[in-house]
Amino acid sequence: MGQYIVRRLLQAIPMLLLVSILLFALVNLAPGGPLSQFSRSRRMTAERAESLKRQFGLDKPLPVQYIVWLVGNDWMAIDTDGNGITDSFGTRKGVLRGDFGFSYQNREPVLPQILDRLPNTVYLMGITLIVVAIVAIPVGIISAVKQYSAFDLTVTTLSFMGQAMPEFWLGLILILVFYVSLDNPVTGKSLLPGGGMYTIGAEFSLVDRIRHLILPVSMGVVGWVAWWSRFLRSSMLEVINQDYIRTARAKGQNERKVLYRHALKNALIPLITMIAIDFPYVFTGAIVIERIFSWPGMGRLYYNSATSRDYPMLMGVLILGSVVILLSNLMADIIYAYLDPRVRYD
Amino acid sequence: MPNNTDEKNSTMKSPDTMGSLVWRRFRRHPGAMAGAVILTILILSVTLAGLSPYDPEKSDIVNRFKPPSSSYLFGTDGLGRDVLVRVLHGGRVSLSVGFLVVAISLSIGVPIGSAAGYFGGWVDSVLSKVIDATMSLPALMFMILLAAILREIDLPILKSNSRLTISLVLGVLSWPTAARLVRAIFLTFREMEYVTAAKALGASNLRIIISEILPNGLGPIIVESTLGIGYAIMEESTLSFLGFGIMPPTPSWGNMLDNAQEHLAQYPWLAIFPGLMIFLAIISINFIGDGLRDALDPYKILAQIDE
Repeated sequence: MGQYIVRRLLQAIPMLLLVSILLFALVNLAPGGPLSQFSRSRRMTAERAESLKRQFGLDKPLPVQYIVWLVGNDWMAIDTDGNGITDSFGTRKGVLRGDFGFSYQNREPVLPQILDRLPNTVYLMGITLIVVAIVAIPVGIISAVKQYSAFDLTVTTLSFMGQAMPEFWLGLILILVFYVSLDNPVTGKSLLPGGGMYTIGAEFSLVDRIRHLILPVSMGVVGWVAWWSRFLRSSMLEVINQDYIRTARAKGQNERKVLYRHALKNALIPLITMIAIDFPYVFTGAIVIERIFSWPGMGRLYYNSATSRDYPMLMGVLILGSVVILLSNLMADIIYAYLDPRVRYD
Repeated sequence: MPNNTDEKNSTMKSPDTMGSLVWRRFRRHPGAMAGAVILTILILSVTLAGLSPYDPEKSDIVNRFKPPSSSYLFGTDGLGRDVLVRVLHGGRVSLSVGFLVVAISLSIGVPIGSAAGYFGGWVDSVLSKVIDATMSLPALMFMILLAAILREIDLPILKSNSRLTISLVLGVLSWPTAARLVRAIFLTFREMEYVTAAKALGASNLRIIISEILPNGLGPIIVESTLGIGYAIMEESTLSFLGFGIMPPTPSWGNMLDNAQEHLAQYPWLAIFPGLMIFLAIISINFIGDGLRDALDPYKILAQIDE
C-alpha cells in the first residue's frame, strides 16, 4: 500500500510538468505574448515595451523562460539594463519555490493574493459540499431502496430538472425571488441579501453570515445534489442486485440490516468518485457563483484576472487548480484501493 | 422480462433489424419521446427563425423594455430588440455549438481512444498521459483562458466571435471523455476471437479498428455524444454568460442572460426566457440520451432477439 501511494505520487509529477508546459506554451505562444494587454496603452513606446519585456524576462527564448518560471533565475547572471552585459543575478525563485511571479494588474506577487482569497472560497464551497452530502446521500439511498415509489419518481424528475438547470440562471432566479421580490415582513427590507459575504460596515454576526450564505450555497447545491443522488441511486441499485445481498436475505437477515448494513457500505464506495470530481472546487472556487453573488473568492479573482489578461495570476490559479485536481484523484484512488479489496494496486 | 409478450409476436412476423428494435425500445420511453418532440420543435423553430426576415440585432429604442404582450411575446430588451427573435437566433447559435463540439470531440477522441486501446503498450501509456493531463485542468478556468487568448489572436479562420472558435474552446476539453470511452471499448473487444480471426485472415490494423471493433461501441458512443450536446450547450451558455463565449450583439442564450443580470429587478422577463430555453433544450437532450441508453443496451436488445 505504502509503495502504491509513493508510486502514484511519483507518477503525478510528470503529469504536472506536462500540464505546466502546456499552460506555459499556450500563454506565451499567443501572438503579442503575455504583454499584449500593455501594448494597447497609448503611453506604450517601443522602448518601454523592451524594458518591460526584460523586466518580466520575456526577452529570453521560451524554454529558458519556462525554466526561469519553474525554478527561478537567482542562480543565473542576467542583463537588467539591456546593454548586452550580464550585470546581476535574477530575483525570481520559481514556481517550485512558491514564486508565481508578479501580477500584471498591481505588480504584487501572485501567491499572497491567491492565498488571500482562498479562505473565502473554502468557506463557501466547503459548506456547499457538506450540504450536498447531507441532502444527496439519504435521498439517493432512499430512492433506490424504494425504487419506483412516488418518492423515487419525484426525486428522479427533480434530479433531471436539476441537471438541466443552468447554474447561473438559477442564481438569477434566486436573486429575483429572495432579494428583489420577497421582503422581510418585520424590517421591510429584502428577505435575503443578494451578494457579498457579510453586511459591509456591520459588526460580525453569525446570523448575518448565514443569511449571506443561503443563496450562493443553494445555487451550488441544486446541480450537485441532482448528480450525486442520481449516481448514488444507481450505485445502490447495483449493489442490491448482487449475490451477497441475496445471500444475506436468504439466511434470514432482516431487511433493514440487509439494506443499511450490507448494502449501504458498498453502495457508498463509488461516492468517492463524485467527491473526487467536486472536491477541487472547494479550492478553485465556482466562478459563476462568486461572480453572481460578488463573493470575494478564487473564482472571482480568476474571472477578474481573465478580463484584464493578467497571465501570471491566471497561470498561478490554473497550476494550483491542477495540483488540487491531481491530488484529489490520487486520494480517491488510494481510498478505493483501501476500501475495496477487489482493486488491485500493483 | 414481463412486458415482452407483444414483442415476441411481432418478432415472429418480420425479421427485425437492429434499428427497428432500438426504435421500438426508444418509443416506449415516455421521457425520451417527449424530449425528442421538444427538441425537434426547438430545432425547427430556430431554423425557421434563421430564415425569417426578423433581425435579432435590429434595435428600436422607442419600444425598449416592453413587457411580454401580444405584439412582443417575450417582451423587448434595453435596445428595443424583440426577445423572442433573439431567443430563437440565440438558440441557433447554442444548438449548433452543441453539435459542433460533439463533432470536434469525437474527431479527436475516437482516433486517440482507438489507438490507445488497440495498440496498448507505450502508445497507450503516452496517450493516456495526455488524456489524464487534459482532464486534470480546471475545465471552466482553462476554457476562459483559451477563449481570452483566441480573442487576442483573431486568426482568419477562427474569428474571435465565431461559433467554430467557441466550439474549439469547448472541444479541446471535452474529447478526453470520448477518448476514454472508446479506449475502454477497445480494451474489452480487442482480445475477442473474431478479432483474432480477422488478424489471421490478414486484415490490416485500420480495418480491424474501423470495421471489427468500433461498431461494438456504437451504442455507448451515441449515448455519450447525445449527452455531450447537452453539456456543450450548458458550457457554451456559461462561457457566454461570463463574457468569454459568443459576444453581443450576436445573441446566444448565455450572453442574453448576462445582459439581463443588470436589469433583473425591473425587467425580469429578460432573464426568464433565455434560461427557460437552455433548461428545455438540455432536459430534452438528457431524456433522449437516457432513452437511447436503454434502447441501445446490447443485453436488452439480445434478450429481445432471443425471445
